[in-house]
Amino acid sequence: MTEITLPDKDVVVLERKNFQGLLDALSDSGYELLGPIVRDSAIVYERIHAVDELPVGWVDVCEPGKYRLVKEKKKTLFGCTIGSQSWRRFLHPPTSKLWEATRDGNGFKVIQPEPDQVKRALIGVRSCDLAALAIHDKILSQGQYIDHSYQERRRNLFVVAVNCVRPGGTCFCASMKTGPKATSGFDLALTEMYVSNRHYFIVEPGSKAGKKLVDKLPVRQPKESEIKAAQKELNKAASGMTRTIDSEHIGKLLNEKFDDPHWEAIAERCLACGNCTMVCPTCFCTNVEDSTDLTGQHAQRQRWWDSCFTVDYSYIHGGSIRTSVTSRYRQWMMHKLVYWQEQFGMSGCVGCGRCITWCPVGIDITEEARQLTVKE
Amino acid sequence: MAAVKKPKLAVWKFASCDGCQLSLLDCEDELLAIAKEITIANFPEASRAIVKGPYDISLVEGSITTPHDAERIHKIRRMSKCLVTIGACATAGGIQALRNFADVNDFVSIVYANPAYIETLNKSTPIADHVFVDFELRGCPINKYQLVEFISATLNGRKPNIGTHSVCMECKMKGNVCVMVSSGIPCLGPVTQMGCGALCPSYNRGCFGCFGPMESPNTKSLAAWFERLQVPSDDIVRMFRGFNAYAEPFRKESEAHEK
Ligand code: SF4
Ligand code: SF4
Ligand code: SF4
Ligand code: SF4
Ligand code: SF4
Repeated sequence: MTEITLPDKDVVVLERKNFQGLLDALSDSGYELLGPIVRDSAIVYERIHAVDELPVGWVDVCEPGKYRLVKEKKKTLFGCTIGSQSWRRFLHPPTSKLWEATRDGNGFKVIQPEPDQVKRALIGVRSCDLAALAIHDKILSQGQYIDHSYQERRRNLFVVAVNCVRPGGTCFCASMKTGPKATSGFDLALTEMYVSNRHYFIVEPGSKAGKKLVDKLPVRQPKESEIKAAQKELNKAASGMTRTIDSEHIGKLLNEKFDDPHWEAIAERCLACGNCTMVCPTCFCTNVEDSTDLTGQHAQRQRWWDSCFTVDYSYIHGGSIRTSVTSRYRQWMMHKLVYWQEQFGMSGCVGCGRCITWCPVGIDITEEARQLTVKE
Repeated sequence: MAAVKKPKLAVWKFASCDGCQLSLLDCEDELLAIAKEITIANFPEASRAIVKGPYDISLVEGSITTPHDAERIHKIRRMSKCLVTIGACATAGGIQALRNFADVNDFVSIVYANPAYIETLNKSTPIADHVFVDFELRGCPINKYQLVEFISATLNGRKPNIGTHSVCMECKMKGNVCVMVSSGIPCLGPVTQMGCGALCPSYNRGCFGCFGPMESPNTKSLAAWFERLQVPSDDIVRMFRGFNAYAEPFRKESEAHEK
């Protein structure tokens, strides 16, 4: 594993007591702040205003199909890792109206929805989710097919990343080469340090906007020992992950296993409930539905998050082509780890571990991939 | 539009609590719009005025529990162009299908002062066991938006946008935290059909399965997970034996845990 280092230029220190200043500076620049909070026994991303709304002192314990929050003595702000759902709902909402139309004589009038121009600052984005954001950027806002609503929201985004000094129980970003330290795609990246009762953040600007914001904050130059301590923590996090996927070879290995009997064994446990695709930060599939009102005078086209686990997903004229759960689970894992490579030249899985934690029956993509490829 | 004859709608009641019919009355804002587009030809719960059949749409509430009803449903089928069952009773036999797991005469002798007057069938069965059903609106009670969507779709000659996938997808889209994963509360959401908007998980309760089995319900795997969550067998039986107890996947699962 390559050694994780912090850049030697531009890195500064923000004391914990000045953290609210960072939030205020963003609010003053017109950003709506979204960050992790505790709700219903889990971390969710919601609108925040003040530092004490963050999950102060909480730590998450994740395992397949199980999630618990525990309180620690240390009053960390970002002691928990990722939220129960990803950030994608803010850029690619679960449901959205694409257009509506009203009857007008013999024709109809189309009404486009107002573009969403809210400036959002995401506070506490982890490296895995940054990688997912980059994936969505490529799929939804570059190339031939542009999702303009995504592009609009993305343009107005400010990203405050947080490097992980403690991986969650189901994380495997190190093996997917997407974490635990953020390397690109952020405006600011923080490393939260809590050593011998000193609580501060190493702040790394990643963009012009990030640098400009830092200039407004009461920061200071870091001591060499502080940089070293942070680097040590990050490396410890990288080597502390228990799950891995051989990201370099998995595509080829899995592709040869299309007819493996193990898919059937997984399907015996899989509920085809779709939770794994709903929580995944890289899934982007949607269903598009046309509807009318009772009078037939108004119509609308609505889009909502679909999942390759539904029967309808693979409906083509005459019926569904993936009727068995075996074929649906296989589609899901193959898309993440094999087909995505062919489609977009990258992995569709960033190793965040959400699908493992939030699968109601604890099906673990790393374990199933291992069973399928390393068996023999 | 005025020249076009308005389609006629009838609402029929069998063994049920009237809750689903009330969902139609509960449409309030939409009800006026519905009344403008269709003739509510037979809906005793709402009006005594009855227009003779045949009917374009028949909404059928309730299950078949008496020999008389088993006859009546055939008459209704003959009068209806499109027959839609509404609610868990009509689509799966309802809560009264709990009798199907016992001997009905035992209940009759306990409940009624003069059991001799009671003429009832041994089982409470869904409408589809008796006649062809064109569409099912699930739920206990049904969801009024699904009802309005069905009527709008029918009036406008399009397919209704009513899914058959899991409650979990609605739950996640809503932004809920999964109660089973975060708190170990057993939840039937993964094997239950969408439609309620994940009502119970939104209030930190496990799903009770009101909308019945989803398109590919893996009840066996879910029940095995309940066991890992230390849910006793008796409770697993009770969970699957609710409003949709007699829907086949739920029935089989409850029977598998009955010792
Ligand atoms: S997967 Fe990596 S970056 Fe994501 S939360 Fe876990 S440790 Fe952090
Ligand atoms: S893998 Fe788990 S979360 Fe995904 S569909 Fe199957 S049971 Fe649901
Ligand atoms: S497949 Fe699972 S681990 Fe990979 S990015 Fe999606 S949710 Fe995270
Ligand atoms: S096909 Fe399935 S796994 Fe792939 S992006 Fe769509 S929902 Fe996600
Ligand atoms: S709370 Fe229930 S319905 Fe919601 S995701 Fe969890 S298992 Fe599914």
